[in-house]
Amino acid sequence: MADIIKRNKALAVSPLKVSQPVGASLAFLGVNRAIPMMHGSQGCTAFGKVFFVRHFREPIPLQTTAMDQSSTVLGADDNVIEGLRAIAEKSRPALIGLPTTGLSETQGADIHRLAKQFHTACPEYADIPVVPVVTPDFSGCLESGYALAVKAMIDVLVPPSSCVGKRHKQVNVLAGSLLTPGDIEHLKELVEAFGLRPVVLPDIADSLDGHLTDAESSPVTTGGTPVSEIATMGESVATLVIGRSLDPAADLLRERTRVPDTRFDTLMGLEAVDAFVHALAQISGQPVPEKLERQRAQLQDAMVDTHFMLGFARVAIAGDPDLLYGYARLVAGMGCEVTAAVAPSRAPVLDDVPTAQVKLGDLEDLELAAREHGVDLVISNSHALETAQHLGVPLLRAGFPQYDLIGGYQRLWVGYRGTRQTLFDLANILVSNGHHEIPAYRSIYHAAEASHASPAPGHTH
Amino acid sequence: MQAKDIAELLNEPACEHNKKSKSGCAKPKPGATAGGCSFDGAQIALLPIADVAHIVHGPIACAGSSWDNRGTRSSGPTLYKIGMTTDLTEQDVVMGRSEKRLFHSIKQAIDSYHPAAVFVYNTCVPALVGDDVDAVCKDAAQRYGVPVVPVDCAGFYGTKNLGNRIAGDSMFKYVVGTRDPDPVPPEAQRPGVTVHDVNLIGEYNIAGEFWHVLPLFDELGLRILCTLSGDARFHQVQAMHRAEASMVVCAKALLNVARKLESTHGVPFFEGSFYGVTDTSHAFREFARLLGDASLSERVEAMIAREEAKVDAALEPWRQRLKGKRVLLYTGGVKSWSIVSALQDLGMEVVATGTGKSTEEDKARIRELMGDKTKMITDGSPKALIGIVKEYQADILIAGGRNMYTALKARIPFLDINQEREFGYAGYTGMTELARQLALTIESPVWASVRKPAPWANDSAPGIPMTATGG
Repeated sequence: MADIIKRNKALAVSPLKVSQPVGASLAFLGVNRAIPMMHGSQGCTAFGKVFFVRHFREPIPLQTTAMDQSSTVLGADDNVIEGLRAIAEKSRPALIGLPTTGLSETQGADIHRLAKQFHTACPEYADIPVVPVVTPDFSGCLESGYALAVKAMIDVLVPPSSCVGKRHKQVNVLAGSLLTPGDIEHLKELVEAFGLRPVVLPDIADSLDGHLTDAESSPVTTGGTPVSEIATMGESVATLVIGRSLDPAADLLRERTRVPDTRFDTLMGLEAVDAFVHALAQISGQPVPEKLERQRAQLQDAMVDTHFMLGFARVAIAGDPDLLYGYARLVAGMGCEVTAAVAPSRAPVLDDVPTAQVKLGDLEDLELAAREHGVDLVISNSHALETAQHLGVPLLRAGFPQYDLIGGYQRLWVGYRGTRQTLFDLANILVSNGHHEIPAYRSIYHAAEASHASPAPGHTH
Repeated sequence: MQAKDIAELLNEPACEHNKKSKSGCAKPKPGATAGGCSFDGAQIALLPIADVAHIVHGPIACAGSSWDNRGTRSSGPTLYKIGMTTDLTEQDVVMGRSEKRLFHSIKQAIDSYHPAAVFVYNTCVPALVGDDVDAVCKDAAQRYGVPVVPVDCAGFYGTKNLGNRIAGDSMFKYVVGTRDPDPVPPEAQRPGVTVHDVNLIGEYNIAGEFWHVLPLFDELGLRILCTLSGDARFHQVQAMHRAEASMVVCAKALLNVARKLESTHGVPFFEGSFYGVTDTSHAFREFARLLGDASLSERVEAMIAREEAKVDAALEPWRQRLKGKRVLLYTGGVKSWSIVSALQDLGMEVVATGTGKSTEEDKARIRELMGDKTKMITDGSPKALIGIVKEYQADILIAGGRNMYTALKARIPFLDINQEREFGYAGYTGMTELARQLALTIESPVWASVRKPAPWANDSAPGIPMTATGG
């Protein structure tokens, strides 16, 4: 549907892209008692850590193989083994994620061999799974790195099996990077509302939702999908896949376990949520609960109420492909026009974004396209505040990072409830920005009268 | 206010209602009445006067649920947006202290906000206990040296329409004629353009829509002495009597002001509307005719030719999209036909229109514009309206904000045409906005979305879980 316009300039200005190793780390952070260790220089990890700390306002367990000058030139295999051993020894995590970086990939590290080699060298840590994943930052973006890590976790942790439905109430949910902790929490409630038990991979709603724990500090994640549960995914009755970026991961899971899956590109908007709820009804054999029917009716009401404000509104969206697709679908379904769409890298779902063109690029590209085609509202991450200000329109913060919006990390976007709130918020920011106010005109015959505003109450009574 | 005063206000010789059908002024029927009271009508008519402190004298219900609720805009002062009420308590009422409270309220408003004038709206409770609001106002005006105008509009006097007239009557009685207009500023004089002073009566500058039209008045040398009451100032109302002509815009409500200006001060008037291309042009031609200035007529024709060509081009793409769409129009009085011509300008078909508040003359205009086929609606209940939308396969319901949620609940596209609306439709420029808003709701994808049943609605038997090997 949409034409994909490739990057055609040398310099990226106001980058939109977040790197693959950061995305992969995020996926690992959704596993209980896990810690990712990036294979790269210590800066790769330090920047990623600050990025997550600012977004989630949480301490983030993240380690590094700390490649230095000599290991970069002479080989950094020992750094990996040494790093894994140090983490295993110190923290006894349930899982160590091992994403590579541009540096280690350019150097030519064989990360899969190194993971095996660690278990050979240190058999005492054989029970600590290590999940290597190739995620150089010179390709893809956060979303693809995340998806590769999910696939890698399935590869390492889910054994081949043929006992589909042995756990007849258990449903797998492969949760894409488009979902916030708030989203995943709601998804679990939806699944549970049908008497089913979700196993969410990865479950950042349980680890990065912002909760105080009894332990004052922890070197590993304090929540997330238990590794033991990931191993039972082959025994579930069904798999629900959220986000097209997870297609390769879902393919692997199905191939390995034969668990049937249903895939959803987005869970925002009436039709999208309907499809999800319908799938749950079919999997469970349960009728749709009264409570959900009511939420659905509330969303419908919000749709008709807000269409006056959203209709014909020109929206510019920049985000990772699944997010971009989801928001574009949602607003197009409300009668908005997506006048500018930018994604940081190529993905199949971009073909289906309801707009004329998707640019692979940065926030400067978004600004230029929005200026050319007109814009009333920008949807993107916190970096786009400048963009929106240049364009003189409001910004709805979505995606990574959101460092200037308290609680933005946990916001609920999906489901009937999340969609409804999103529509209200969109309508409110459009209205309060006064995008349809008629400018005041003063007659030439009355121009001399000072157009003074009303005095504030000054005198004492 | 005494019964004979009310009867006199109800008798409006310039109003068509007076002749045969008095449906517009009919008594409200208990248990089956929609629409506001006299206080509502009076407040609506005067509130847009921007530099006045509007004090509602009564317990909280009157002001509490109505202040800051209008779409009218001011190009200057915003005092009119500040809600003021005496907020009478039980003590005030029982102990007879409400007059005193009013007096102090007027002082407080003057001290805190330095208004050009204070308007005091009397409501049911003080009217019933017999507050002498007129006397309090007179006394306060003398004491503080600021005009204080009583508007005796207790809700039980009658309908909103009566309230409009009471408001007009108060203006005429206490304000109009108390000041002469300022001379035309020399820098606004242009060679070959004689400046004529005119009034607009019943124009409320909803959403600032009159700002679409005002530049054309300036261009033609028509100085608007006063708009009653959109974006008006108190001193403008004072000088209304010096105008050479008045236009009653789109409403019968303040007809009494126009009539009295004519009979007392010899200011001729006509009734017109700024909705739609045809009506907007007609209004300017009527001014030229009443003013009898040949040069003005020429300039009016040139302006009309230019503006019509411009708007025609701007509307063309919208016409393609709106052509043949069927409209159910439910709104009162003059708008029942004035909007029709605007819709017909867009190639739309009005299949039914409300006539609940229309006069015989309005109905005749409707027939003239739309032929006999058009359904005239008298029952405006939600159920009846939705029934007619379905029966006549209307694509959209155009009505007042009160009916908005009726339409939306029935999953029917809707356009708000009354005073609470957020968009301005007046004049040539306003037509484009009207077309845009019509297309926005009619073409919105939400309708198809919300009309579709849930995907599980047709599942014959929930209870067959998906088989483990399926998918």
